[in-house]
Amino acid sequence: MTKTIKQISLFSENKPGRLAKIADVLGKENINIRAFTIAESGDFGIVRLVVDHPDQAHDVLKREGFTVSETDVVGIEINDEPGSMKDVAELFAEGNINIDYAYAFIGRNQKAVLIVRVSDLESALSFLKTKGVSLLEINDLL
Amino acid sequence: MPYRNPEIETMDPKDLRQMQSEKLVKLVKYVYDRSPFYKKRFDEFGVKPEDIKSIDDLGKLPFTMKQDLRDTYPNGMFCVKNTDVVRYHASSGTTGKPTVVGYTQNDLDLWAESLARGMTAVGLSEDDIIQVSYGYGLFTGGLGVHYGSEKIGATTLPASSGNTERQITLMKDLDVTAICCTPSYFSYLIEAAEQMDCSIKNKTKLRVGIFGAEPWSESLRKRIEERSGIKAYDVFGTSELSGPLFIECEMQEGMHIWSDMFLFEILDPETNEPVPDGTVGELVVTTLMKEALPLVRYRVGDLASLETAVCKCGRTHPRLMRLKGRSDDMVIVRGINVFPGQVEYVLVKFPEVSPHFMIVIDREGELDNMAVQVELADMASDKLDDYYKLKSGIQHELKSILNLHADVEFVAPGTIPRSEGKAKRVIDKRQY
Repeated sequence: MTKTIKQISLFSENKPGRLAKIADVLGKENINIRAFTIAESGDFGIVRLVVDHPDQAHDVLKREGFTVSETDVVGIEINDEPGSMKDVAELFAEGNINIDYAYAFIGRNQKAVLIVRVSDLESALSFLKTKGVSLLEINDLL
Repeated sequence: MPYRNPEIETMDPKDLRQMQSEKLVKLVKYVYDRSPFYKKRFDEFGVKPEDIKSIDDLGKLPFTMKQDLRDTYPNGMFCVKNTDVVRYHASSGTTGKPTVVGYTQNDLDLWAESLARGMTAVGLSEDDIIQVSYGYGLFTGGLGVHYGSEKIGATTLPASSGNTERQITLMKDLDVTAICCTPSYFSYLIEAAEQMDCSIKNKTKLRVGIFGAEPWSESLRKRIEERSGIKAYDVFGTSELSGPLFIECEMQEGMHIWSDMFLFEILDPETNEPVPDGTVGELVVTTLMKEALPLVRYRVGDLASLETAVCKCGRTHPRLMRLKGRSDDMVIVRGINVFPGQVEYVLVKFPEVSPHFMIVIDREGELDNMAVQVELADMASDKLDDYYKLKSGIQHELKSILNLHADVEFVAPGTIPRSEGKAKRVIDKRQY
């Protein structure tokens, strides 16, 4: 099975206190956030999270009345040095993989982690596999 | 198909009209002799009781307005002594004073009889357990339906409004088979029951809902029936006429208006002339049997249409088709009439959102802006684009129905206030 990461996405009204509420729900459930980003659009936004226990996070957020979904995204580990982003980006171009959105953070051991949401996950994964790219799963980020 | 009063309910329309004609002549004399208000109104209008010889003279009579009830507060229009009044109800006045209505014992019996006929027509009987989740008290909804339920010998659960969890627990534990409340509150009950893991569809015996006190749409009926597994029926009434009065029959093709009790007209609001069957106009009602507070050609303020063809159920009494809205619920935005029911009609087409919404109207300079706050339901996506598509889809439908652009704003599930009585659907922030 090919490795992917389950991302949690939440609808949130663009109002003070919404993020605090989300964080409070996750904190009380002892869920640790590994990566986090907000896409804003006027009166609302989408909060995207990578957490250590995505299924549990999804269930508790749903129970608390949030509009929440789980999406498979691609996690790629790259070297934390100039030029490594270029290598990955060129690889995506070569494989004709369109990126819906992406974000990155600094991992451990001089490595960076790139999270990519692609429209055609299956073909992206098989292409990256043939190129020998090492894909991450959530256990690699704990 | 059971009738409560087969002789009356299936009477030949000609005989019904003759009966109405005789009752109208008596009514006109009754109010003229007993109510200083009506004597003055008729005199000013230049009409004497003897001018009304039959129902064909109806158009000669002056109208009664809601304002007349306010002007004669609290009981200046009553036709009986205070000691003959056995009950008062009052509706909240938006402009200060409430409107007070009164009933003799015969009025209460008539009211209950009207509902009992309707409840029988939707298949309810002494074998049923009816949960009354309209508010009890000055509001006519709770007590009105309560007496109707008792009249057919059903078991009545006077739950009133509020305390939603207890409502659901009792519904399940007491094997409730029918409920009466507002359609918006029932939509909320469906959600709340699911959250309590007590799905109305799968875990209760509920099979009939009688929903009214606010306009609702055919598509909301469909949605309620699909989600809860019950048959949903419309009911019409207003406190000035007694309270809830007329229910649909099992055909679900309009609410049977009992012609032996009430005389309905649908008029063109501009010309005050009757409109043909099926055409929407303003509802004007004459009470034919009420004693304490009879009304002559009362302009209810609802927009509706009538169907006079005999119903498939065999009942010959005309049917009031689904209300198009109240003329006073209507808001005018950029010169266009907007009814909250139109917005609801659009929203129920989108399963991604809930039927709970709020219209917010504001003014920027000389221009009105209308926004509709819409709650997300079965919608969860990680992509903004999916939200944009849904938003523009709803905006497009609104525009085609309202002929007006309305901004759709998404809000989180459960954030639009749920009402236990009539849903508040409009916030008007305009300053004039």
